[in-house]
Amino acid sequence: MAVVNPFKTLLLTELLKGMMVTGRNFFSTKYTLNYPEEKTPQSPRFRGLHAQRRYANGQERCIACKLCEAVCPAVCITIDSEVAPDGTRRTSRYDIDLFKCIYCGFCEEACPVDAIVLTRIHEYHMEHRGENIMSKDKLLAVGERYEAMIAADKAADAPYR
Amino acid sequence: MLQSISDAWNSLSAYGQHTVWTTVWTIAITIVLILCVAFTTLWERKVIGWMQLRRGPNRVRILGMFPGMGQPFADVVKLLTKEVIIPANANKFLFRLAPMIALIPAFAAWAVIPLSTTIVVSKANAGLLYLLSLSSMGVYGVIIAGWAANSKYAFLGAMRSAAQMVAYEIAMGFALVGVIIASQSLNLGDIIERQQGGFLAWNWFWLFPLMIVYFISGVAETNRAPFDVAEGESEIVAGFHVEYSGIAFALFFLAEYANMILISALTAVFFFGGWLSPVAGYGALGDSILGQPSLGWLLLKTFLCLFLFLWFRATFPRYRYDQIMRLGWKVLIPVTIVWIGVEMVLAWYKVGPWARVALLAH
Repeated sequence: MAVVNPFKTLLLTELLKGMMVTGRNFFSTKYTLNYPEEKTPQSPRFRGLHAQRRYANGQERCIACKLCEAVCPAVCITIDSEVAPDGTRRTSRYDIDLFKCIYCGFCEEACPVDAIVLTRIHEYHMEHRGENIMSKDKLLAVGERYEAMIAADKAADAPYR
Repeated sequence: MLQSISDAWNSLSAYGQHTVWTTVWTIAITIVLILCVAFTTLWERKVIGWMQLRRGPNRVRILGMFPGMGQPFADVVKLLTKEVIIPANANKFLFRLAPMIALIPAFAAWAVIPLSTTIVVSKANAGLLYLLSLSSMGVYGVIIAGWAANSKYAFLGAMRSAAQMVAYEIAMGFALVGVIIASQSLNLGDIIERQQGGFLAWNWFWLFPLMIVYFISGVAETNRAPFDVAEGESEIVAGFHVEYSGIAFALFFLAEYANMILISALTAVFFFGGWLSPVAGYGALGDSILGQPSLGWLLLKTFLCLFLFLWFRATFPRYRYDQIMRLGWKVLIPVTIVWIGVEMVLAWYKVGPWARVALLAH
């Protein structure tokens, strides 16, 4: 070995081996996606922007049980409850702070009536201070707008639950 | 219009015409070189991207075509519109001077490089000496920048760069001594002429170790990976140009890439026969247009050497500082000295290039 090593060093074999590796990669297929044009496949379980759902008759699902508020590890959910005119228990305030949220999905798991869900939407932004708070109205609006997608995702995931 | 131009041209003396031609050539080469640098930065990012299984820049387009080709121009516009911040405690004069000192030699060196049998700004007989002195001038840009910025990191970078240059300039000079012995001339045009006759007649064949040493020293001289301790990001932020911003930083960038292209072109000239064709003298292929010496061959060889620079950067991790010193002093310099000894023996027995030199002498 003592004789071979200087030759190995002098002939730069190790360096050439390294260059072979990068040389091979130079021609191989690239992993990068051209993001806005190409997107990675998404699971129906994807945990993105939050939404609140309604029943088919238009009644909101949330019953203000506060299980989501209790389970939230980031303490980003704030709920106030009241008795609605029809005598049911409803939320008067349901805020999610998107800056605090870690998108763990525990709220969705905890919810007994599938009211709070995490949708696939992940390309959203805020332009002003305060827009990071998802109020009840905003959550319901998201839920109404994407109800078809949410329902399809839940149905796709149902067999595994 | 054309008539008046040609009248004005004819009214000039021979010396005046020569001056005008030289100026025109100088400006043309400078502009082409700056464009080459611009696209080298893009090509580098592309190549390194490809080697890391990425795509590299592909967003900025020119006229809606050629994805990524607009990137260098977008970068230039960005850097030009940025503020050049001069630190309060910096030496203002030297701080402004340093980028220019780094840049000017990188461009001035092209004066003696023969681009083809006819295209050369100056057929200086001491061209090689001129190149050696200019390439050591470029180091002053780095050292002055590091000193003038009055920053610890910049100063450390400059000191590292200075020590590295001293070590590698010697190895580089010795490698060139080998070239001079083989071609018996300091004129770059003559050095190329003496390598005539196919790719086995070029200097690299008989001076193979010197070629390797020269190129490695060239990489070290230009402060490129894996010898870029002068700007080693992980240790000293950005080394000698920490305090530079905007177009002042761009000038250093320009100088670095211009130096890369220069070293590539010089490697092509010294060891790969410059504008000579690799197939010259090989039967029918040598008689066809491919066998003719042309600018294209020089550009191709330069491009391939330049590609090696990028390949190195994508492949090798940065050398530790003491390893750089060890490689420079204890490996490269002894190798060159040994090979110069071997050359003496070869020259004594009239082998290889010296057989031809002997023929030329008679």
